[in-house]
Amino acid sequence: MPVFIPSSLSEATSLLAEHPTAHLITGGTDFMVEVNFNHRHPETVISLRKIPDMQLWNIDKASGVVFIGASVPYATMEQGELADALPALAEAARTVGSPQIRAAGSIGGNLGTCSPAGDSLPVLAALNASVHLRSSDAERTLPFSEFMIGPKRNAKKPDEVITGVSIPMTNGWQGYAKVGVRNAMVISVASVCLAIHDKTVRVALGSVGPTIIRCSDAESWINSQDITAIDDSVAVEFGNRVSQESRPIDDHRSTAEYRRHAVGVLATRLLQRGTNA
Amino acid sequence: MTITKTHRDVLGASALRPDGVAKVQGDFSFSSDLHAENMLWGATLRSPHPYARIISIDLSGAWKIAGVECVITADDVPGQLTYGLISEDQPVFAKDVVRYMGEPIAAVAADHPETCRRALAAIKVEYEILEPLTDPERAIDGSHPDIHPDGNIIRHQRIVSGDITATAPIVVEGTYDIGMQDQAFLGTESALALPDHDGSGIEVFVATQWLHEDRKQMAKCLGLPEEKVRLVLGGVGGAFGAREDISLQVHTALLALRTGRPVKMQYGREESFFGHVHRHPAQIWMRHHATEDGRIVKIEARMVFDGGAYSSTSSAVLINGVTHTQGPYQCPNAVVDGYATRTNNPPCGAMRGFGVVQACFAHEGQMDKLAVATGIDEVEIRLRNIIHTGDTMITGQVLESVAPVERCIRETAALPLPAEMSSHPHELDLPGGSGRTADRRHIVRGIGWGVSMKNLMYSEGFDDYSTARCTLTNGKVELKFATSEVGQGFVTLAPQIARSILGVDDVTYDTIDTQIGSAGSTSASRQTWMSGGAVDGACRLVRERLFEHVGALHGVDPLRLGIDDTDIIDTIGDFRISVQEACADLSISETFEYHHRPTEDLDENGQGNCHVAFAFVAHRAVVDVDIELGLVKVVQIATAQDVGRVLNPMSVVGQIEGGIAQGLGLAVMEEIIVKDGKVRNPSFTDYLLPTALDAPQVLISMIEEPDPQAPMGAKGVGEAPCISVTPAIVAAIRNAIGKPIDRCPVRPQDICF
Ligand SMILES: Cc1cc2nc3c(=O)[nH]c(=O)nc-3n(C[C@H](O)[C@H](O)[C@H](O)COP(=O)(O)OP(=O)(O)OC[C@H]3O[C@@H](n4cnc5c(N)ncnc54)[C@H](O)[C@@H]3O)c2cc1C
Repeated sequence: MPVFIPSSLSEATSLLAEHPTAHLITGGTDFMVEVNFNHRHPETVISLRKIPDMQLWNIDKASGVVFIGASVPYATMEQGELADALPALAEAARTVGSPQIRAAGSIGGNLGTCSPAGDSLPVLAALNASVHLRSSDAERTLPFSEFMIGPKRNAKKPDEVITGVSIPMTNGWQGYAKVGVRNAMVISVASVCLAIHDKTVRVALGSVGPTIIRCSDAESWINSQDITAIDDSVAVEFGNRVSQESRPIDDHRSTAEYRRHAVGVLATRLLQRGTNA
Repeated sequence: MTITKTHRDVLGASALRPDGVAKVQGDFSFSSDLHAENMLWGATLRSPHPYARIISIDLSGAWKIAGVECVITADDVPGQLTYGLISEDQPVFAKDVVRYMGEPIAAVAADHPETCRRALAAIKVEYEILEPLTDPERAIDGSHPDIHPDGNIIRHQRIVSGDITATAPIVVEGTYDIGMQDQAFLGTESALALPDHDGSGIEVFVATQWLHEDRKQMAKCLGLPEEKVRLVLGGVGGAFGAREDISLQVHTALLALRTGRPVKMQYGREESFFGHVHRHPAQIWMRHHATEDGRIVKIEARMVFDGGAYSSTSSAVLINGVTHTQGPYQCPNAVVDGYATRTNNPPCGAMRGFGVVQACFAHEGQMDKLAVATGIDEVEIRLRNIIHTGDTMITGQVLESVAPVERCIRETAALPLPAEMSSHPHELDLPGGSGRTADRRHIVRGIGWGVSMKNLMYSEGFDDYSTARCTLTNGKVELKFATSEVGQGFVTLAPQIARSILGVDDVTYDTIDTQIGSAGSTSASRQTWMSGGAVDGACRLVRERLFEHVGALHGVDPLRLGIDDTDIIDTIGDFRISVQEACADLSISETFEYHHRPTEDLDENGQGNCHVAFAFVAHRAVVDVDIELGLVKVVQIATAQDVGRVLNPMSVVGQIEGGIAQGLGLAVMEEIIVKDGKVRNPSFTDYLLPTALDAPQVLISMIEEPDPQAPMGAKGVGEAPCISVTPAIVAAIRNAIGKPIDRCPVRPQDICF
């Protein structure tokens, strides 16, 4: 099985054009599990790990936008400048797997897999991030909401590589919380990202629907309140409204009823954290 | 006589594991690391259905694949077609019918694991799917046709003792559900089989708990005399009961004998969940009758242990369950009805705690209910009922073991409680951990108790003896035993025993294999007592002969000689000679078989001296609960355990901490989820084990009251830590949330709804 290790983005995209059935790999933390379980049978593999452009990140204070290359691992987002710029992403990154997984797993891989339980995804949704895609002859950028189109399904075309994400910073509080049935290294049963920008609340949910859910009704309700003075009953009502927008299922990890309940509780608590901060 | 103080690795010292550094550095060879020249790989085809008739099996596709050397089914089993630890009811390969999801149907040997995978995919099995029996109550009420020639009830056992019409003013009852836990050892099943050149016999390296029992069952199925089947212990990566039953042993050996080439088989993680038995899920109803001052007058109980498709050790697990109904408390009158059922659920068998875990979860839930009903504090209610040495148990057996139950409880209570949670706790210390779900104000703390009693060694008339040989040559000792080292530390302990008895420092042990008599199983908290007893006995025989030799040479009565550190001394005179000097050019070898005292079967009323000995323990749990989200953080476990005598403090701490982690798993997260006979979470992604962040602070008090029946005064310490810790944690959760929970593991939705 040939494995190509291109050292530039253009090399990678032309390899992909030459080998249209090739599989892309970055950290391999989803990819290799699928190979081991025989759910994936790659014949050609293109590794994106050695492409300098995809490992870059930068914080553009002037425009207020953070760019994160697709190959940047969680370990880089957990702390330091990126964490200061995007605290919710840092909190999400810290919940991912174990230190080993966070050293290898990347944001590009999380987007490539596009699981509703992917921990970076509610953050990208709440922060209105956009995803950059590139093929050998074209480049395009999609808002996250158009990128994720279903459980483990995204709008990336077969000849495209995810090159990175652009994430506008917020001028208000942002945070992430995730329920799992153990205190670390666990797949999300329900998760919520809440961000406040220009005194406007945005909220996105993970693991409670086929895609990440932005709660537009709950958002417009809360944004019609005075969010500088959130009392408990408003926070609880907000949580209830968030719950109602979730579309969870029963599976072996949890029940729909619990998930619906949990996102409501998390939304209430995050709103309280965000507005009391 | 002067006694020398020593810092040698003798009994009582925290001697280090001989394999410790290698394990930590990754150099230790586990059975999965085994390799042989010209080796083939084996793999197993398993049923996707919990219950189905096999209409046909077409192997031709597999044979056509290049690299495939052998494909076998039930038709190729040369000897007995079934095996089993107690009753031989489990087929080597399913022939006409499959009775659980994952049951083996065929095996292949090929040049590469990937070739094996393709070969398995190319085997065509036609099934007629049958309605699975998944509800144990339907196995009992007879409403489902028998799924096995031996019937749907593996064992039914009653206990009737005392005056069953007795009543008392306080009555509490409850129905308790215990989920199916997995042993979840980290080193999956693996073996390497090497056929003899003439094909007349075989050598098998395997990770197992009991080499001789494996050999017995394998020889029968392979149609070989036992001496033609030689087993060597492969490096074991954990066991906890899951390596008591045969898994891949017969398959691997058969493939090797068929091909005349070495064959290695190794399960992946998912296959491992189907390849070994689990802890029995159980439903237990109990009704306690007590006086107003909280003294138990009568216990009624009904226990249903679901054994799944094959019997494994279910009948023994059931006996442990019913005979431990009372827990470490007096109980003058009792009526207990217990069933081990056969269903199309995954087979269940041995796991650390063996039936007592389930019984204890129920009796401790009952003790808490009794505390509430009588208004007596949960510690006091237990103290009022504790059992003592000399008391008669509900089986009619008199408790002869040292029984420091009161000390277990009082010393646990005396261990300090954790500090109150600070106003700004570290986020990782809160329930929800790295998920950052809670803030300080969402958390409520609870405290709960659990006390238990666990039988040691095998029961009901079984003579599970152990054998050891000690050879003293030129001042060095070599030990030989077939005791499986599964991580418990017998390879540390055995040399400690020899050093203490013989005053020799240079002690090694030979390969652990079947070239000596059986050691019995590494289970039932029994190897320190049993194989320790055998090593102790063999070393004492050698010492006797050494003293005879030294006595004759130096004109001292051998009976006056003793060992002081590394010298032989006249215990009532001045003579002293170093062991090294005394045994220069000497070679003495002795073999010893240690047997525990005999036990009896239970009669139809559950009466009989069925157990050898018991150990006791108390646990106090402190938990923090996020009630609204139903998430739990176990903050601290305090425990005082009756260990008899501490032979290696570090080993005992390891057993206690590890057992507590396993009991915590059952309390709050570990469960194999089975729906319609199908396992839903056969992976470590979804079968959750506690991580470091879930592990509590553990405070330990070891209670040393040497048991005169135990060879070195030491009781087994392996199982006790994981039994009452589970009900203690669940009690602490109940205490925090103020509502009943009678099942484990406790799920978030059990707390918050
Ligand atoms: C033990 C363990 C724990 C885990 N815990 C979590 C967790 O808590 N939360 C969580 O969200 N995830 C978790 N994961 C899943 C995984 O780590 C993440 O999804 C991670 O972000 C994947 O990144 P990667 O670089 O390893 O991707 P890879 O495995 O290399 O790739 C994943 C997918 O994305 C595609 N891909 C990769 N890079 C690109 C690219 N640049 N352009 C286009 N397609 C691409 C691949 O083809 C593949 O389909 C866990 C995994 C393991 C093994």
